[in-house]
Amino acid sequence: MPTEIRTLNEILDLAAAQFKVPREKLSPDDDFFKALKIDSLQALSLLTRLEQHFNVELPDYELQGVSDFRTLAERIQARL
Amino acid sequence: MSQFRGKAISWELTNGVIEVALHREPCNEIGSQSLEELEHLASSLPALEQQAHALIFYSRLGCGFSAGGDLRELYRGMQAMERKAALAGLREFHQRIHHVMNTFDASPLTTIAAVHGIVFGGGLELSLVCDLIIADKTARFCFPELRLGIIPGFGGIPRLKRDLGNAVVRDLILTGRSFNATKAQQIGLVSQVVAEGEALRVARATAAQLGKFDRTTAAAAKKFAKPIPYDELRQEIDVVCELYASPAVEAALKKFVESTDAQPYLP
Repeated sequence: MPTEIRTLNEILDLAAAQFKVPREKLSPDDDFFKALKIDSLQALSLLTRLEQHFNVELPDYELQGVSDFRTLAERIQARL
Repeated sequence: MSQFRGKAISWELTNGVIEVALHREPCNEIGSQSLEELEHLASSLPALEQQAHALIFYSRLGCGFSAGGDLRELYRGMQAMERKAALAGLREFHQRIHHVMNTFDASPLTTIAAVHGIVFGGGLELSLVCDLIIADKTARFCFPELRLGIIPGFGGIPRLKRDLGNAVVRDLILTGRSFNATKAQQIGLVSQVVAEGEALRVARATAAQLGKFDRTTAAAAKKFAKPIPYDELRQEIDVVCELYASPAVEAALKKFVESTDAQPYLP
């Protein structure tokens, strides 16, 4: 499996587990605010968890305008 | 008084440790109610200090330690008053919160902030007055004030400069970016990072250890290791009040308060 796909799948797995949403209901191009029913503070909590999992530091300004899992994965992939 | 139950904070003195719980919904925003109760704590400290060796601040709310100053109350207050009176009120608020923060900072007790989740703006400034910050892995720290055209107003920059390298201070203040507990420990802000939900337990264990030491010696060590930058703190009030006088700040506050954007906290 290409690294990018693995990163994306891990993000979807972590997001589903953190916000108790069935994994099969999440797709790469979903708006994660809507799909997870989260607000901006909860999005930061997801970011914290992703940073720990991937052992990266992702400044939140890089996420400005980012709301889908695929682009989020690209931003994280760029730091791996 | 060894115990107090307020609307925004409560405290209890047990076994020489004052535990101060923050519990104002939605995320411990610091407004007039919180300030009044923090002032009550500050004025009660001299008596409490006779029976205590440590003080722990923590939050009972799931969202985190504190989202900082209550911007909605601030904006409503500014709207309800003449401009000159609003600016005078702002100055008074900042002088009062500085007095409270300085009291905690100078207390001979060893003070610990046990934090999780959101630790933003004024919440981070409250942590910075403490001698130790113990963070769980969910903690996220941020000084987002520049987005509103202001700077941290509860003593943030002078205390950051006291505790951290200046390059780090510039990064945190000028980018307004948030950072996690691991990063906070790397830069020297946080002394211990613990598992989710464990910050208060570890803070209690740390406080129990501190109780083994002679109080006079511990207070002398603290005074020596942690000078309070009073001149810069006074300057900060002037700079903050000057910035608040700008119409751009009122516009930024209005935008923040009325925003339906899903990401108002993301700089």
